[in-house]
Amino acid sequence: MSRLFSFHGGLKTVRHKTESNTFPIEPGPLPRWLVIPLRQHMGNSAKPVVQPGDRVLKGQMIGQPDGYISAAIHAPSSGVVAAVDLRPVPHPSGLADLCVTIETDGEDRWIEREPVDYRRLHPSDLRNLIRSAGVVGLGGAVFPSAVKLNPGGHCERVDALILNGAECEPWITCDDRIMRERAVEIVAGLTIMAHLLEPREVLIGIEDDKPEAIAAMTAACAGTGYAVRAVPTRYPSGSVKQLILLLTGREIPEQGLPLDIGVQCFNVATAHTVHRAIAHGEPVLSRIVTVTGHVHRPRNIDALLGTSFADLIAQCGGYRDSVERLIMGGPMMGFALHNDDVPVTKATNCILAASAEQLTPEQPAMPCIRCGACVDACPANLLPQQLYWFARAKEFDKARDHHLFSCIECGCCSYVCPSRIPLVQYYRYAKNEIWAREQEKEKAELARQRHQARQERLEREKQEREAKLRQKAPPRAAAETGAETTGGAG
Amino acid sequence: MVIAVLALSALAGASGLLLGFAAIRFKVEGNPIVEKIDAVLPQTQCGQCGYAGCRPYAEAIAAGEAEINLCPPGGANGVAALADLLGRDPPPPNADDGMEKPKMVAVIDEQSCIGCTLCIQACPVDAILGAAKHMHTVIARECTGCELCVAPCPVDCIHMTPVAETITTWKWACPGAAVRAVA
Repeated sequence: MSRLFSFHGGLKTVRHKTESNTFPIEPGPLPRWLVIPLRQHMGNSAKPVVQPGDRVLKGQMIGQPDGYISAAIHAPSSGVVAAVDLRPVPHPSGLADLCVTIETDGEDRWIEREPVDYRRLHPSDLRNLIRSAGVVGLGGAVFPSAVKLNPGGHCERVDALILNGAECEPWITCDDRIMRERAVEIVAGLTIMAHLLEPREVLIGIEDDKPEAIAAMTAACAGTGYAVRAVPTRYPSGSVKQLILLLTGREIPEQGLPLDIGVQCFNVATAHTVHRAIAHGEPVLSRIVTVTGHVHRPRNIDALLGTSFADLIAQCGGYRDSVERLIMGGPMMGFALHNDDVPVTKATNCILAASAEQLTPEQPAMPCIRCGACVDACPANLLPQQLYWFARAKEFDKARDHHLFSCIECGCCSYVCPSRIPLVQYYRYAKNEIWAREQEKEKAELARQRHQARQERLEREKQEREAKLRQKAPPRAAAETGAETTGGAG
Repeated sequence: MVIAVLALSALAGASGLLLGFAAIRFKVEGNPIVEKIDAVLPQTQCGQCGYAGCRPYAEAIAAGEAEINLCPPGGANGVAALADLLGRDPPPPNADDGMEKPKMVAVIDEQSCIGCTLCIQACPVDAILGAAKHMHTVIARECTGCELCVAPCPVDCIHMTPVAETITTWKWACPGAAVRAVA
């Protein structure tokens, strides 16, 4: 049972874990202003339920979920709502999104917290509690967890519940630290998840370069029957598809979900928030952020959501010289930010201040020499070179036929490319174009239907008018045949 | 000789009957190619192609009366899709029409609107809401940006504004385009 499988390709990256993982998690600041975006998760943006001037308490819901795939947003501290408007958010576009700005009062006063015993609750009530606590996947994908905790319809029985502590990105250490320091709470959250999913086995996958985390988790799992598995340190073992393959030997079908093969996977920090939500009645108000790279004191900080990146950088002693770029997420899958005055969201696992020597120097892309290095590196078993040609030639249908949507955008192909072609950029571009065209098609279809409905309505009105005229006409026609003079006068 | 003539005639007759039967049994209503062309067109119903709407234009293309590059809202992508569908070479974009305009949406200045309903009558997709002597407004989600409502307005209170980019509509740019801009 303890056999490990392997995935194709992947990389041995240069590790930069020790910069930040040798220090304990520090509590973050309580800033005067908290800017809380209402879209911090996959799916629909939350609907604001507060107005400027409202007094809010720590943990009070300020945005309610809108639809099934959505999540609630809460006030991370007590204070007064200053504004509900568009503010810059951490996003590759640098565009603004709807945010609630709270001026904190420094008292940090909680709402009434209601801890519950999960064993006494019906599964759907338990899922509703998790949903209203705003629990989403904290690994970076921020998918609402309550949706993933509902196995209905996808498979008869969940075979394996997997907890993802692999953390394969070279610079990020927030999961490492949370496993070392809060292992018992993580396992308590995992027990609640297992209660909902009733899996045959529970596996915890951790890369073997984190011996302290493995030891802490193994100790916390004693007596539970959960198995901690050390997986080889090979990027991207922390990607859901690759971790499931490593631990179970099963592959998720294209465009399918892990539940389709009877597996479900959560991040370790997500399990921690599930425990806090149920056993302490505390919604998701903060997350652990790795602040690393070219800052004076790289650390992991337990930061309130809505704290400005600049405040966290300041807590870490500020930037060192020659910072070229600020990246949210790791260097492999993260994106560059336009400035550091953006708030921490549930997706902010890492803030990386990159200097020139840490970045691969920007060189113009050279022509593809068809060496095939990208094919060897691709962990999704795709043909990156073919996808590149199709994306470049805007042959999106062919790119789709070559399984573009199986690409996990891990960046292995771009990393190994000797011509420095930004391959992942091409795939992101192609995916976006395909989605945009689909949306346009839907919009065109709606317009076509409305135009057709209008044409039919106009036709019907015309016929009705004619019918009315005909109704009036017969007496006149009869009169015309009788006496022409009266007809003319009428 | 006679047998050969008879055999061939019988064969021809049988085939004719079969074809005649098939023509009635498998009759297709309307021209299916028109449907396909219509599905590629952007359905703005703007009439910039010189036809009364997207479907009349599709019919004209199918009948070989119109070029495939007359649709500005469809843009270069639209021309390419039509060329692909019809197996023709894509003609150069129509310079007179100023292809590739950004996506627009009509906005009614509600302060100036006198409630004349002329724009409502002009809108091909019923995207304007209002009644006589009451203020009108555009349902932005359903507006196709065809500009047909702009001209009829007697008080010039309708303006076309570009659709603002939001986080949900933002797209990654093609990296090749950036390289070309530098070079």
